[in-house]
Amino acid sequence: MAQVPMEHGLYVAGLLFCLGLVGVLVRRDLLFVLMSIEIMLNAAGMAFVVAGAGWQQPDGQIMFIFILTMAAAEVAVGLALIVQFHHHFKTLDADAARRMRG
Amino acid sequence: MFELLWLIPALPLAGFLVIALMGGALARRAVAVIGVGSVGAAAIVSVGVAAQFISAPPPGDSLTQVLWAWLEVGLLRPHVALCLDALSVTMILVVTVVGFLILLYSAEFMGDDESYAWFFAYMDLFVASMLILALADNLFFLYLGWEGVGLCSYLLIGFWYKERENARAAMKAFIVTRVGDVGLAVALLLIFTSLGTLQIQEVMRRAAQEWAVGSNTATLAAALLLCGAVGKSAQAPLQTWLPDAMAGPTPVSALIHAATMVTAGVYLIARTNGLFSLAPAVQSVVAIIGVATLLLGGLSALVQRDIKRVLAYSTMSQIGYMFLALGVGAWSAAIFHFATHAFFKSLLFLGAGAVLLATDEQRDMFKLGGLRAEMPYTFWTFVAGAASLAALPLVTGGFYSKDMMLWNAWTSPKGSPWLWLGGALGALITALYAFRMVFLTFFGERKSVVSRRPGPIMRIPMGILAVLSIFAGFLETPGWLGGMDYLSPFLGTALPGLPHAKSQPAMELFLQALTSLLCVSGVLVAYLLFVAHPEVPDRIAAIKAGGWLQGFWFSGWGFDRVYEFIVVKPFVRIALANRGDVVDTLFTGLARANEALHSSLSRTQTGKLRDYALGVVAGAVLAIGIMVLL
Amino acid sequence: MNAVFYISSLVAVIATALVVTRVNVVHALLYLIVSLLAVALIFFVLGAPFVAALEVLIYAGAIMVLFVFVIMMLNLGARGERRQKALLNPSIWIGPGILAIVLLGELVYVLIGQELPPTSGSEVSPKQVSLALFGPYALGVELASVLLLAGLVGAYHLGRRVAPPRAPSKEDP
Repeated sequence: MAQVPMEHGLYVAGLLFCLGLVGVLVRRDLLFVLMSIEIMLNAAGMAFVVAGAGWQQPDGQIMFIFILTMAAAEVAVGLALIVQFHHHFKTLDADAARRMRG
Repeated sequence: MFELLWLIPALPLAGFLVIALMGGALARRAVAVIGVGSVGAAAIVSVGVAAQFISAPPPGDSLTQVLWAWLEVGLLRPHVALCLDALSVTMILVVTVVGFLILLYSAEFMGDDESYAWFFAYMDLFVASMLILALADNLFFLYLGWEGVGLCSYLLIGFWYKERENARAAMKAFIVTRVGDVGLAVALLLIFTSLGTLQIQEVMRRAAQEWAVGSNTATLAAALLLCGAVGKSAQAPLQTWLPDAMAGPTPVSALIHAATMVTAGVYLIARTNGLFSLAPAVQSVVAIIGVATLLLGGLSALVQRDIKRVLAYSTMSQIGYMFLALGVGAWSAAIFHFATHAFFKSLLFLGAGAVLLATDEQRDMFKLGGLRAEMPYTFWTFVAGAASLAALPLVTGGFYSKDMMLWNAWTSPKGSPWLWLGGALGALITALYAFRMVFLTFFGERKSVVSRRPGPIMRIPMGILAVLSIFAGFLETPGWLGGMDYLSPFLGTALPGLPHAKSQPAMELFLQALTSLLCVSGVLVAYLLFVAHPEVPDRIAAIKAGGWLQGFWFSGWGFDRVYEFIVVKPFVRIALANRGDVVDTLFTGLARANEALHSSLSRTQTGKLRDYALGVVAGAVLAIGIMVLL
Repeated sequence: MNAVFYISSLVAVIATALVVTRVNVVHALLYLIVSLLAVALIFFVLGAPFVAALEVLIYAGAIMVLFVFVIMMLNLGARGERRQKALLNPSIWIGPGILAIVLLGELVYVLIGQELPPTSGSEVSPKQVSLALFGPYALGVELASVLLLAGLVGAYHLGRRVAPPRAPSKEDP
């Protein structure tokens, strides 16, 4: 099994998180936005797992399982919303829904 | 009877409340019955109270009825209290009796008016305020009545407010008298701060103890009171509102602007005579103002064309006489003239009202004429009033009261032959303009159609007032003519008399003969100028100086123009400059700044999901950055 | 074994970067699966075989299948791809890029000063995880089940066809 400094694992998690963040902010297509959110959640879970591996505790993995549950529920609702959105606006461009403009 | 005193102001007030609150639901007849009846009932109570006061005077010749404590602020504890003494008895008698007669007259006169109920409501409120003013036991309560009559005057001058001019006249009257009222208010404050009370008798007593004769405080207080009196009584230099006040209905002019309210100033000075005695300088100013106004008003009345304006200037001039009497310390004479003036001047107004009603509001006397045959009743009562105004010797009330004032102006220690001369000259002018009015209106050829003659309800008050204006004079006659004196000793219980001048019957007789001669010659000159040779006045006016003088007097000596120039125009200019409300820009500026901030912030609300997410992330990054770095 | 960790990390980062930049949704999805598998490998290497399996099963399996279903349902064709390309103009990367770099900098800065233990390489077995999960974390499990139920109900409710389909209008909530 690998013996790497815990920082390295956390760096990777942070890098993945930031990539997901850029995706959320840049993409206008809602499917990409949802995928980027998945990436961010996964990165957060990875940080837990890395920390759990570092301290030899099961708690990190348990947090990952909870995040996983949350991601599953979120994807289900998010995809349903996307379907309705497409049905309503005939597009997946998030900027199409801007009636809340002040 | 005395315990019913409170009813006297309460009855008209109740009449006002009833009519004002349910005027719409009442029939015209019911309105008239309530409006006239409440004042009539007050008049009956007044007569009863007066009868008891004369037959069985209360101890100390004055009586105070405390109704309830109005308010209590530190030393200021004004009561709603009525004070009855000889002065207020005279006042309430005149106010209620004349008020009742005029209201009775109005029941027919105003018959066709659409705001019939409001007219009676205002008139009742006026009578109530006037009675409060007359009966008030302290200056605070008096001030309530003072402002109340001012309000009613405003409402009634502008009664036909749909015409712009009338509303303007009402506003002018209100604003000009306000100048004086401020003086009165300041006077009250001054008296209260320096004497610690506003109860009138107490004020007189303490002032006599604490203030030296001619001291600054006394002079200031008297001058400020005079300010209020001058404004209310339309004396120079605040007289300009009275001629314009004729815009109101004629009964209003009769009651408010002839008989009662305008004499409130005289009443105020008589009431606070103690203060004026302590300020001899101010008292001589009162006399000078009186003479100035009586000449100014008389000369202006001489050239007016509008019959009501003649009467207005005449009122001004007659109140000038009262001020003259007050100024020389002849308090009783002033009140005597107040009473006779109330009778004959309201009579003249009622007569003028009948003429106007008959000729469809033809106010220009040069377009009237020859009405003697058409309206004999009105003519004879009008002549009775005019004769009394002109003070025709022996047979009229005005003669006795005017004579008493002039004699006092000559003999009083504060009087002087100059003041007498002014008054005597005024008497000549009075006779001249009074009979000019009579001759122009009732003599000569007929120039207008008489459409309506006064009915019995209008005739009765005119008749009663005619009798009163002729015979009221016999309350007080000079020594050689029976020497009746009912009024002076009576009023003497409330007002200090003059130090007894040494009796000079020969001198008195001579002066009386002289003034009588002046009056009669005034009538004769009027006859010559306006009946026998009507072309002469035009010829005088055709001369340059004559024409200029006519224009000058016609405009009331140009006071309006001067005030327009020094007060109204600058004020209007300031108001225009401040149209955008300079102070308000600060607040609108605040609002504008907020609005600008708002719109710039609301521009961030793009409605785009990405932008919101960007905002959230930027905030999070910033927050984390702060946590990490600090 | 350390090399496996670093290689997997590199694959995960590259694959993720590609996910974010693709114009074709299906391509992006495939890269995402690669990325998730790489992360699963990292978990395995770090001694967490249970979550590595879950990562493969649920993330790379179930969730990705949902995405595929939706893509198929919406039938996004070449037209969508052209539009995507037009939308990805270079200037819009600047702001988010700067923010992400700043955030990463902050994370690195936090981690640099820490005294963290190196990962031991010894396994935290599924048994340990299960004991903890159904012991001290039992309440969390209950909450997670409620969350899943809510997700189920929400997805069912939102996924219904609204009949008849309405045209977008101002009055719509």
